[in-house]
Amino acid sequence: MSRIVVITSGKGGVGKTTTAASLASGLARAGFKVAVVDFDVGLRNLDLVMGCERRVVFDFVNVINGDARLNQALIKDKRLGNLSILPASQTRDKEALTEEGVEQVINDLRDQFDYIICDSPAGIERGSHLAAYHADDAIVVTNPEVSSVRDSDRVLGLLASRTRRAERGDAPVQEYLLLTRYDPQRVKRGDMLSVEDVQEILAVSLLGVIPESDVVLNASNAGVPVVLEENTDAGQAYDDAVARYLGDERPHRFLQTERKGLLGRMFGGS
Amino acid sequence: MGIVDFFRARRNRRDSASVAKERLQIIVSHERAEQGGPDYLPMLRQELLEVVRRYVTVDPDAVRVDVERDDSHEVLELNITLPEQQEEV
Ligand SMILES: Nc1ncnc2c1ncn2[C@@H]1O[C@H](COP(=O)(O)OP(=O)(O)OP(=O)(O)O)[C@@H](O)[C@H]1O
Ligand SMILES: [Mg+2]
Repeated sequence: MSRIVVITSGKGGVGKTTTAASLASGLARAGFKVAVVDFDVGLRNLDLVMGCERRVVFDFVNVINGDARLNQALIKDKRLGNLSILPASQTRDKEALTEEGVEQVINDLRDQFDYIICDSPAGIERGSHLAAYHADDAIVVTNPEVSSVRDSDRVLGLLASRTRRAERGDAPVQEYLLLTRYDPQRVKRGDMLSVEDVQEILAVSLLGVIPESDVVLNASNAGVPVVLEENTDAGQAYDDAVARYLGDERPHRFLQTERKGLLGRMFGGS
Repeated sequence: MGIVDFFRARRNRRDSASVAKERLQIIVSHERAEQGGPDYLPMLRQELLEVVRRYVTVDPDAVRVDVERDDSHEVLELNITLPEQQEEV
């Protein structure tokens, strides 16, 4: 049985696509057959983050409209043989993804893959609804910041009421919190919500904390999912999150600042 | 920066995250109560507020409307917080 995982957030720009690329690559590296699907119609970006933008020929909407077969549109990852990418369409027509079309594609993907990762667009409208509808698991990507936390809470409510599982009365979607762009130094100074604060408010199980890191931008510049940058903080934090998703218990890292003495704190700049 | 300022600044800055947390807890519990309930709840709340305000001056968040559910029925719970001194309008 394959599992459908939606990466969602409500608020835009919090790190969904970064996370989708890294989760997909991490699961593929662990030996699973993985497809990662870009649901952001009109704002295709997963291809860039995965480094396959020049190999896009057909897209999600082409498949739905019958202009291409699914296997013509799927792009095989160059680094990991068991990973494929289904790019979003760049059409400006937001209605291009239909409910029936999405369902058909998801069902066809189930035949070939262990995990289907759905990269949701921002917002709580049609696009994000379609991305979340078939989910078994949801990773809610949140930044430690008021509007992101509030939007995540809204999204959690929708996952509990508007998904296929909810409508059928099946077991609820398994929800996980992934806190990204975390800056322990600012938390320590008291001007950023701490991981404990966010967990207390959202009350969902914590998959991981990804530190704010230049590495993420560099990796996306290069078209390499950051989880593959093994000697970096963000790369290792994503690797831990993937392992936890697969059931490993790993301690959370990168939550503390390096300890400085009092003088260091007074003169260390902030 | 002198040592006193240093500690004062630290204390003030500590506040901003706790203010954020407090505000979030309030708004999130508000929105959770309204969500999943019937769509007319926000309007019902607004109209109740207007009615209450004909008699007493209250804050916009003085009226709370929650739906409690158990297996057999739903309970609509109204909470209206009156100000300390109830002035007649
Ligand atoms: N941990 C991090 N540290 C630093 N920068 C990050 C981190 N995570 C994401 N970013 C940056 O934030 C920006 C947005 O990331 P991303 O595209 O993954 O967000 P998104 O949620 O998919 O956005 P959208 O809602 O527009 O789809 C990118 O420039 C990315 O490099
Ligand atoms: Mg995105």
